[in-house]
Amino acid sequence: MDISAYKNVYVFAEQREGKVQTVAYELLGKARDLADTLGQEVCAILLGSGIKGEAKSLIEHGADRVLVVEDKDLEIYTTEPYAQAIVSIVEQKKPGIILLGATTIGRDLGPRVSARLNTGLTADCTELGIDEESKHLLMTRPAFGGNLMATIMCTEHRPQMSTVRPGVMMARPADSNRKGEIEDIKVDFKRDKFRVRVKEVVKEQKNLVDITKARVLVSGGRGVGCKEGFAELQKLAGCLGGEVSSSRAMVDAGVMEHNRQVGQTGKTVRPDVYFALGISGAIQHLAGMEGSDLIIAVNKDKYAPIFEVADMGIVGDLNKVVPALVEKLKKEVKTK
Amino acid sequence: MNIVVCIKQVPDTTEIKLDPVKGTLIRDGVPSIMNPDDKGGLELALQLKDQYGAHVTVITMGPPQADAILREAFAMGADRAILLTDRKFAGADTLATSHALSAALRQLDYDLIIAGRQAIDGDTAQVGPEIAELLDLPQVSYVEGLKYDGKKTLDIRKQTEEGYQIWQVETPCLLTVLASANKARYMSVSGIVTAFDKEVEIWSADTVKADPATLGLNGSPTRVKKSFTKGAKTAGKVFEVDASEAAELIINKLKEKYII
Repeated sequence: MDISAYKNVYVFAEQREGKVQTVAYELLGKARDLADTLGQEVCAILLGSGIKGEAKSLIEHGADRVLVVEDKDLEIYTTEPYAQAIVSIVEQKKPGIILLGATTIGRDLGPRVSARLNTGLTADCTELGIDEESKHLLMTRPAFGGNLMATIMCTEHRPQMSTVRPGVMMARPADSNRKGEIEDIKVDFKRDKFRVRVKEVVKEQKNLVDITKARVLVSGGRGVGCKEGFAELQKLAGCLGGEVSSSRAMVDAGVMEHNRQVGQTGKTVRPDVYFALGISGAIQHLAGMEGSDLIIAVNKDKYAPIFEVADMGIVGDLNKVVPALVEKLKKEVKTK
Repeated sequence: MNIVVCIKQVPDTTEIKLDPVKGTLIRDGVPSIMNPDDKGGLELALQLKDQYGAHVTVITMGPPQADAILREAFAMGADRAILLTDRKFAGADTLATSHALSAALRQLDYDLIIAGRQAIDGDTAQVGPEIAELLDLPQVSYVEGLKYDGKKTLDIRKQTEEGYQIWQVETPCLLTVLASANKARYMSVSGIVTAFDKEVEIWSADTVKADPATLGLNGSPTRVKKSFTKGAKTAGKVFEVDASEAAELIINKLKEKYII
């Protein structure tokens, strides 16, 4: 294939219920860096029904062009209509790079599209750059549960596709003076291929907490043990205006909900302060929190690997340290 | 109903440790297991077998020693096992892997193909959807459970960030299943006894009439340019003090960083 015909950096602007998701703005921030390095444009792909009003905000966050496909079958995500829309855009526009959020939508859509286009896709990238010499995209991702990092290239196929986890890239602040074009794209859908139907959409109240947005996270692991233990952690989080999160062990044990899980199979977080309480620090957990500004660990086991990434480590019983800390913090607040 | 479950043998990544001095992975003595999401998928297939009398085939692509997880699948209740193994598959990325597996799947009768959502060694979640695309099947990923009407229709519970959705789809289709969808059964004693007498069929690239250009390193659009272990963050100070003193230290640190 003639790869020189493919250029510009495209971002799939994932929307849910007509609202563009934060990860799309994060991707636009990174896409802007990549496009500036290449001297190319950033294009956002916006798919939905009655969605065009969101295009302006994509431009404000770094898009030079927003490609909009409006169709009733794009209102709620299902694989095939979305895949057909993106494949059609690729055929019409020949993108050099396509970035998608590594969400349940992006990770369902990405491989379907890349297989149809017979090109490469690199999942869950944590770092993207441009190779100085060849100008190919450098896609870096963790493997072996975060034990190993691999930098991957897709040199002979286009577009170069990558999914990126939410919370990894930084969105640029909105700039209302930025100018860009909004372009309607026509897609000839093959609707006989739409073979799934969304019967029900259920939102669970417990899933509404977004730990990736918290400035302070008080995270508990096996050492906390039970729901009652987490109540104490909640007090500490309350004192600091933070949220409670947890390691995988506590989610598997049914003590905490999955949406509060930090790590390789949970969320990537980078709060100002991360308390790791009774968390030994399996490499999968570290992968999700080591970008935190300040890490404070409390663990009984002085050889726990968490101490290797902690800025401050306390060897001790969290069931004693946390109440003592809560008590002193309350006094601090009172004296202020 | 004919169900084919795609499974993979993986190193138990929770057992992998970093050599703190050399910064390399310590892989010696790390056990090989059936990938957890794949086991969830196999359990789902076996539950359908229990309720509706399905025939369950398991297939894996890998080196000869991947035979072990096929025996495990027999012992759990699978009816047929296929090991897809060939040097021509070596170096495959997810697309080349999907080409090999879909070529094999074309040789089989299936109503339902089940795969795990993702494997714990690669964590890509790509092979399932890629197989679905190559076989022109509808897919549902992140499956937590399902209801089957006994004929052709499946109501599938799919995990989302906000909760879940129910997607309705007809067979034939492909599902990628979460380990948390169910609790996988143990191997039965009689299953273990007979698992080693059963035949694991060995298939090569030629058996499945795969196009050699789509396989292995040559069929892989992505290439690993380099791999490295992350430079470990330097450890901060570790204190062994009583709770009250510890609380004091933490508060001072929070003040130092202007958190409080």
